[in-house]
Amino acid sequence: MTRTKLLAITAAALIALTACGDDGGDDASADGGDAGTSTDQGFTPPDLKALDKLGEPEGEVNIVAWAGYVEDGSTDPAVDWVTPFEEETGCQVNVKTAPTSDDMVNLMKTGQYDVVSASGDASLRLIASGDVEPVNTDLVPNYADVFEALKMKPWNSVDGVAYGIPHGRGANLLMYNTEVVSPAPDSWSAVFDDASANSGKVTAYDSPIYIADAAVYLMATQPDLGIENPYALDDEQFQAAVDLLKEQNAHIGEYWSDYTKEIQAFKNGDSVVGTTWQIIVNLAQADKAKVDAVLPKEGATGWSDTWMVATKSEHKTCAYKWMDHIISPTANAQVAEWFGEAPSNSKSCAETADAKHCETFHADDEAYFDQVWYWTTPISQCLDGRTDVQCKDYGDWTTAWQEIKG
Amino acid sequence: MSQRDTRQPSPARRLSGVLHRHPVLRLTLLLAAPMLVLVVIYLGALAVLLVSAFWTTDDFTGEIVHEATFDNFRSIVTTEVYRTVTLRSIGVAAVVTLICAVVAFPMALFMAKVASPRSRRVLVVLLLTPLWASYLVKAYAWRAMLAGEGVVNWALAPFGLAGPGFGLTATVIVLTYLWLPFMVLPVYAGLERLPDTMLEASSDLGAKAGRTIRSVVVPLAFPAVVAGAIFTFSLSLGDYIAVQIVGGKSQLIGNLIQGNAGAANNLPLAAALAAVPILIMVVFLLGVRRTGALDNL
Amino acid sequence: MGNESEGRPVILSRGARTALAAVMALGLAFVYVPLLVVLISSFNTDRTFGWPPSGFTVDWWQRAWHNEGAREALLTSVKAGLGATAIALVLGSMAAFAVARYQFFGREVVSILVVLPIALPGIVTGIALSNAITTSLEPLGVEFGLFTVIVGHATFCVVLVFNNVLARLRRTGGSLEEASMDLGAGVFTTFRHVTFPAVRSALVAGALLAFALSFDEIIVTTFTAGASVQTLPLWIFSNLARPNQAPIVNVVAAVLILLSVVPVWLSQRISSDTAGGRL
Repeated sequence: MTRTKLLAITAAALIALTACGDDGGDDASADGGDAGTSTDQGFTPPDLKALDKLGEPEGEVNIVAWAGYVEDGSTDPAVDWVTPFEEETGCQVNVKTAPTSDDMVNLMKTGQYDVVSASGDASLRLIASGDVEPVNTDLVPNYADVFEALKMKPWNSVDGVAYGIPHGRGANLLMYNTEVVSPAPDSWSAVFDDASANSGKVTAYDSPIYIADAAVYLMATQPDLGIENPYALDDEQFQAAVDLLKEQNAHIGEYWSDYTKEIQAFKNGDSVVGTTWQIIVNLAQADKAKVDAVLPKEGATGWSDTWMVATKSEHKTCAYKWMDHIISPTANAQVAEWFGEAPSNSKSCAETADAKHCETFHADDEAYFDQVWYWTTPISQCLDGRTDVQCKDYGDWTTAWQEIKG
Repeated sequence: MSQRDTRQPSPARRLSGVLHRHPVLRLTLLLAAPMLVLVVIYLGALAVLLVSAFWTTDDFTGEIVHEATFDNFRSIVTTEVYRTVTLRSIGVAAVVTLICAVVAFPMALFMAKVASPRSRRVLVVLLLTPLWASYLVKAYAWRAMLAGEGVVNWALAPFGLAGPGFGLTATVIVLTYLWLPFMVLPVYAGLERLPDTMLEASSDLGAKAGRTIRSVVVPLAFPAVVAGAIFTFSLSLGDYIAVQIVGGKSQLIGNLIQGNAGAANNLPLAAALAAVPILIMVVFLLGVRRTGALDNL
Repeated sequence: MGNESEGRPVILSRGARTALAAVMALGLAFVYVPLLVVLISSFNTDRTFGWPPSGFTVDWWQRAWHNEGAREALLTSVKAGLGATAIALVLGSMAAFAVARYQFFGREVVSILVVLPIALPGIVTGIALSNAITTSLEPLGVEFGLFTVIVGHATFCVVLVFNNVLARLRRTGGSLEEASMDLGAGVFTTFRHVTFPAVRSALVAGALLAFALSFDEIIVTTFTAGASVQTLPLWIFSNLARPNQAPIVNVVAAVLILLSVVPVWLSQRISSDTAGGRL
């Protein structure tokens, strides 16, 4: 038994090393409800300070972003707001696109990136774990022009401390093949109750956060469930959403997280109806696919993205300069038009190539965005204010999502 | 007349002498470096991973909670989706291995026993070259071929048939395609070692080609087939990329592990899930030891 | 006995041989049709690999030629491959010598240990190494980068060299070495003049396979590379996801296939072990 003992001893040694060396700074306590400093968001953020003042640009900045947010001309030579930034600041941009918020949270955990464009379902997790630090908005001159409705919101600030710079917002849409799916749909029933009409060619976003889309649908079709907020689901409401999605799974051809695959699928006819982003619709139409998109009558989930700075970043000056650049009127207008979302800078509306862009995307229309449920991380403390029940948290959502996919 | 060499032996010579007289020292020196890397780095990393399977993550912050618990293992065993996915993955790996073996065997037999020595070399080159084409490119090529308007449907349309589209069938096809060379090469090596005299003797005794192959070649080549099976089975068992590209909505155990290790940031659960293929492969390897496949790799 | 075409006795009936030839042809066709599709797609004007091809263009080839990302990724992959192969050569031959020439307790365990990194799924190796680096090695100053990629690759490349050298050593036996020692040659001299020439071609075969495996590896690499290193498979992965870059990937793949014929052919010429090396 000598060899086994030797192996065991070596392994034990390494384990001891790990157990001792591991803990470091993961002390962010997530216990909500404690008196004193706990917040409405249900957690106490770690005690971190924002940057005091800018230094010399460090020469590079590593960005985690949604595909389409950081364009340097390689997707389309005319679409480039990175090169002007690099020329002006000397900060070389290295971008890593991530398909889902979960991937973004994970990438930021590695500590190798400086800036992230976090949606609401990633931002609070990043704040709670200490992976991002508060942002000093005085160091971002263009912040003054950001729409007031986007500043100091529950997803980008905690206890009056700003944690990021708003990027823009938009809604998830329903895309459909105009030749196959007719008449044009106006309801999410096209992918839920009526999905059997296109069985095998329905698509949906591949992330646990999609459960909220089912909840939005149930808010309209099963009001007795009493869902007030699609991210605050108790046992019964959650089960109803999961059952709906399991039924939908039978008709799904493919779940998508990579936007090129969705474009290809719609172009090839492998998918004919499903959730989408405006940029996907634009690119597919540019490739001569016969598709169109609509915001269904039940409302939709959406996103309000925030640029955040990594705590461990070694390029904070470049990071701040990037954030200032991306929300500057010109760049913000460019990215908002390219991606198909509402810009965050009020002055961008005058700079968009399509003069009606801000109107089309409801940039200043709070009534519209009341119907859009921004991606938010579900927590056990119900986000709709209920205190008599416990809601399902993101861990439950993740496990359920794997079960739904089967 | 040569002078007797009375110089002191050089340091190299002295070291050589020491090594020659102490075989155990030679052995230790030989084994030290490989074992250091494999045991300490590789096995150590595995052990650390498996230990983390006993921990859990805080759902909100994603930080690991260092309290030992069997929760992860319990949920793997009790939750239906994990059982289903595990069985599905084993099934896919087994089918891929079987198809690879069935397709590779005649090809290897042709190369080893029928082709001329010069064409053998050409054939080996032809088989090895595609290994250099990127795995991803090959998988995406299949995705394009199997798509609604792809080559496969286009070719089958005149016959009124349609391709399998995306899904488990497509996954099996692509995995078979990717790992076929890994089955052909060991089988070919094994068949090459099979003496021609055996086959001659068999036909002298009156057996036709089919009987010879069935009763003489297959049993002797079996260890080589098992050796190839080790590769195809393990490569298919843990694969999560091909299924994402052509698998439609299917998920295999590799996807669950990757999803938990990555997006869901639940490393302990991923580690617990990883224990499943580790267990399967260790059992597989111990089982094939007796067939002598490990000598045939 | 029988007609001796090219010096080989006929041992299977004509029918069997034709059948086998047919399967061989079909197998080769199966292997090469997708590669042809890749080649044709690289000239296709359609960005999304539609079929039949909608038009002919050399645009993608031109853009690939000027693509700096691809060139850098190629260089990184070559560096990683060479590093991993070098380590695998040293460790693999040492282990092979130990197993072939000595009897010791735990000999079989060594064989299994060497096979383990390649027998276990890549994702298990990947997350194990990634976790180990994050928890144990980063505090010691080892960061994710080319070094971690090389180490990761080396773990599963060792077995390829090990198997080839082991098979060769078993075939050549130890008597030549003993004879050399009897004639007065020291350990090092024997190795240089007797052992090394005998295993040289096995080393080449193993090295080539190790390099090929490391060059195309993506799963373990994803977990061990970190943000700063992009090997060719990682570059391909990130570009297949971008609409205007995907066809360039096809070009890169086509070039790789065409270029790879050279080293593969060379190794076949050198190798007296006519199997393409042992996996």
